[in-house]
Amino acid sequence: MGSNMAENHPVGFQWVMEARERGAKVIHIDPRFTRTSAMATKWIGVRAGADIAFLGGIVNYILQNDLYFEEYVKHYTNAPVIIEEAFADTEDLDGLFSGWDDEKKKYDTSSWGYEGMTTHGAAGNREQGFVTKGHQSGHGGAGGGLSHGEPPSEDPELTHPRCVFQLLKKHYQRYTPEFVAEACGCSVEDFVYVCEALAENSGRERTGAFVYSVGWTQHTVGVQYIRAAAIIQQLLGNMGRPGGGIVALRGHASIQGSTDIPTLYDILPGYLPMPHAEYYGGFDNFVQANTSPSGWWGHFAAYWVSLMKAYFGEHATKDNEWLFRQLPRVDDDNSVYWTLQQMLEGKVKGYVVAGENPAVGNSNGRANRLALAKLDWLVVRDLVEIESASFWYDSPEIETGELKTDEIATEVFFLPAAAHTEKDGSFTNTQRLLQWHRQAVEPKEDCRSDLWFYFHLGRRIKQKLEDSKEPRDELVRALRWDYPTHGQLQEPSAESVLAEISGSELETGAFLDAYPKLKDDGSTSCGCWIYCGAYKDGVNQPARKKPHWEQDSYVAPEWAWAWPANRRMIYNRASADPEGNPWSERKRYVWWNGEKWTGLDVPDFEETKAPDYVPPENAKAEQAIAGDHPFIMQADGRSWLFVPQGLEDGPFPAHYEPHESPFRNPLYAQRANPGRQQSENDDLDPHNPSNGEPGAEAYPYVLTTYRLTEHHTAGGMSRTVPYLAELQPQMFCEVSPELAAEAQLEHGGWATIYTARSAIEARVLVTRRMRPLTIEGRTTHQVGLPYHWGKRGLTTGDSANDLFHLALDPNVHIQEVKAATCGIRPGRRPRGGALRKLVEEIRGQAGAA
Amino acid sequence: MSSTLQPDGLETYGDDAQERVGFFTDTSVCIGCKACEVACKEWNLIPQDGQVWTGESYDNTSTLGANSWRHVAFVEQEKPLHANGDGGTGLRWLMESDVCKHCTHAACLDVCPTGSLFRTEFGTVVVQQDICNGCGYCVPACPFGVLDKRHIASDSNVGHKPDLPAALGTKEDGRVWKCTLCYDRLKGGHEPACAKACPTQSIQFGPLEELRERADARLANLDGEGWNGAQLYGRDPGDGVGGFGAFFLLLDDPEVYGLPPDPVVTTKFLGAMWQNMATAAAVMAVGIVGAFLGGTR
Repeated sequence: MGSNMAENHPVGFQWVMEARERGAKVIHIDPRFTRTSAMATKWIGVRAGADIAFLGGIVNYILQNDLYFEEYVKHYTNAPVIIEEAFADTEDLDGLFSGWDDEKKKYDTSSWGYEGMTTHGAAGNREQGFVTKGHQSGHGGAGGGLSHGEPPSEDPELTHPRCVFQLLKKHYQRYTPEFVAEACGCSVEDFVYVCEALAENSGRERTGAFVYSVGWTQHTVGVQYIRAAAIIQQLLGNMGRPGGGIVALRGHASIQGSTDIPTLYDILPGYLPMPHAEYYGGFDNFVQANTSPSGWWGHFAAYWVSLMKAYFGEHATKDNEWLFRQLPRVDDDNSVYWTLQQMLEGKVKGYVVAGENPAVGNSNGRANRLALAKLDWLVVRDLVEIESASFWYDSPEIETGELKTDEIATEVFFLPAAAHTEKDGSFTNTQRLLQWHRQAVEPKEDCRSDLWFYFHLGRRIKQKLEDSKEPRDELVRALRWDYPTHGQLQEPSAESVLAEISGSELETGAFLDAYPKLKDDGSTSCGCWIYCGAYKDGVNQPARKKPHWEQDSYVAPEWAWAWPANRRMIYNRASADPEGNPWSERKRYVWWNGEKWTGLDVPDFEETKAPDYVPPENAKAEQAIAGDHPFIMQADGRSWLFVPQGLEDGPFPAHYEPHESPFRNPLYAQRANPGRQQSENDDLDPHNPSNGEPGAEAYPYVLTTYRLTEHHTAGGMSRTVPYLAELQPQMFCEVSPELAAEAQLEHGGWATIYTARSAIEARVLVTRRMRPLTIEGRTTHQVGLPYHWGKRGLTTGDSANDLFHLALDPNVHIQEVKAATCGIRPGRRPRGGALRKLVEEIRGQAGAA
Repeated sequence: MSSTLQPDGLETYGDDAQERVGFFTDTSVCIGCKACEVACKEWNLIPQDGQVWTGESYDNTSTLGANSWRHVAFVEQEKPLHANGDGGTGLRWLMESDVCKHCTHAACLDVCPTGSLFRTEFGTVVVQQDICNGCGYCVPACPFGVLDKRHIASDSNVGHKPDLPAALGTKEDGRVWKCTLCYDRLKGGHEPACAKACPTQSIQFGPLEELRERADARLANLDGEGWNGAQLYGRDPGDGVGGFGAFFLLLDDPEVYGLPPDPVVTTKFLGAMWQNMATAAAVMAVGIVGAFLGGTR
């Protein structure tokens, strides 16, 4: 669901095919019949943007029919925990949870807590008291107020009206099979088939997994989509067990790695928070605010200090608070779309674009390109001259006359980058597996690896600041920057970077084997605590390539290396029952042998903590987690059906319509996610009127975007490659025969697709794989668009993302390009300035503001 | 013809003959990723074929040819995946990676006047471009339309074409190109590029005999599961070309994929034709001789 795995992850899909051959049921739920659907046991067509209705329906079906895994739910989830009396559900407030502030357009989450305590978000209270406009909500556990890891009030029988279990039941009571069919456009029978298949494949003997990709994330309720699946998997006992889980497929190689060792503005390696500008005084306050009294976030200081030692070596000392006061601070939202707004207002001078193509890949391409033209300078590092580097002389806005080359003051630097075959390094996949790849050939001409670029950039900056007395330069001067280089190009050693990330004991230089060895006294160094041990014994662990058939178990621990501690499945204590025995012989994975935890994988539990361990009154960190609570990163050791803190838009997922939708919300008066971020730039980012608003009929169809096997994301790596370009040589749209008839589209001809933002053209592919759906009694058509095209490369075409708006998910600020509305008409779009005229005309006719 | 696996011409290798190898392409697990097409082009340095969007489902390659030695066909059908209707939607999308069949009785070999086409020691059929004179006899001889002349000129701007001699200038290449079953890779002990790249083992490479056993087992499996229309194509050594060196498991009749249902080696009747001609000539000769004899009377 939310994934087209066969097309976008064809190599990984071999295992799905193998599972199918062994008798696994593969169900594909998607707006389109794709190459994944073709391989599935069953395909169920649904409306784009209504997945929480579907998933919530599954939750309700499980609860109404007593299909949940009772022992698992009672012991391992927070189902028994009693929630504050002040909490009110969407059922009470017609689509809002308690705490909504209509002026600030955000929730005060204080009423969502466990009864009798103040919960803290993430690793402690890192988010508290702040404008959250710009923040990623935290990763990890709640904290303060738990007494030795236990919530103050619980009902083990799950009958208390305010216990999570009962609240969950109430929240989803109206998500009936009939409602799901009505909202999603599928049949009741198909929906029930999915529920039954999931239930049959769960429990002691069996497990089931969900696979998702950006079809779930790219929504104004993206995070809650995944949360909804998490609730199902907890109820069915499918977390921390072999064959279970929620498989998040990434859009690009090593996207997992780019959050672990982050390219995000508000976290440091290992999900440590970037300190805020105005909040924390000194280091002690910072540590106190971020240390969870229970669970593994209780060692926050050890992770932090070891990171500072990796960064600054001997310059970071206890006396200077490990240079805490000199560290940069987050003072505002610096996420990509917020930065875009700032650029449009002329507040951003320079921009470095590496491994992205915002002119094609970002929502509302026109706004992105106009923003680039407001910069003083722009650096683009990529394999080829992508659209983000050529916007100043070759872009749709040059065509429409909105931009004129000689009036653009942006100085553009294009720096050619080396490809993965031209450098050493690692990829971290969605299973947290680090796999090493070696350089095959030297990069050509001026092409350089990312490592080369950032190392030599840093080296030169350090050189320039060598004699600086400015306090602001102190940190750069303190930076350890001594990686060995080799070859004619002076390529830094990627392996030395891995060794630094993995960490060592400073006095002896001994390599560390796992994060429990990290100290908060400055005696250990580690560039990312969760990666500690990746260079254990001085061996490049990710480079290990021993095939599974030469190993003892299918878990194959000697193939590459997984974080943390080479653990292939996290929270695997849940693969055993509360007493520590495997739930079944068939699904045995990690178990208690009477003395210690053992099994096929590295146990995700302290080795000798007995299943009947009860934490003493004053226990701290992991010692405050009981022997039958597997979710050790959470302060209460349980998985969360109800999220008391850390989310911006509710402790339970609720069905909201997309920002733009042809439908009302069938459940609540609150139509769309109230917390979604909306741009205030009506000029560049107007929105299509939705159901009930005047002019909605001008944009009657549901619009969704996707990728094709033959191309890669915004096309920079595929539209330029002859063998790929010829396989999908033109931008096209997919429509059903019924929509083609209604809109007079001709197969093989051209269509113009339009929204309030722009209009693009595409060849028309009429196919039965697109089907009209009946939603709330109305026939609904969907238009599908691949988003790979732009103006450069061997195959060129209009960019689908030009059609989309800038409304975002409030938790992670992702764009909603998987569900919006549009209109479609036959023929090509107008050229030149006439394009803008058409877009404005349609808006005018629609009466849209 | 007996059900021998021995392809025509292999006997000439004597002790150097290797076990016959080939492809078993199982379309029931093909995900249509076209990695085979790309890997083939990469390895064999085949030029790009032009940017033509066909609108034929996701197939923009359209056909096997001089510049496409693997071709993935896409067939959208309103037919359930399983004969009992399971799968619910009544819609299926068939994908099949087509390739040169490396026939047991290969007409292209029979008609080649230069000896450019030859049977390798692995039992496969390969064109030698340094001998091929572009006469094109093999093109109509192939019952599958696999053999094709390359019409790209060395100074055309389509794709990269490292094999074209610069001396050709603006003249088109004109020679015949097709799948070699990666003859060079086989010589080095490697499997062909397409099979290597296939993520789902839809393309399986190996000794033909073993592949046939595997295919039989696979078909029995699919039949047991009630798959709609599963059938082997080109597996039978008794067919018109003596069985394919590269055969298929299809999910519908061959013509649905654009394949001939009952291919026959086009030179099959050549012998008989010569026989007839010889008989006719003999009769005529006898007649002429008779006429002379009669005349002396």
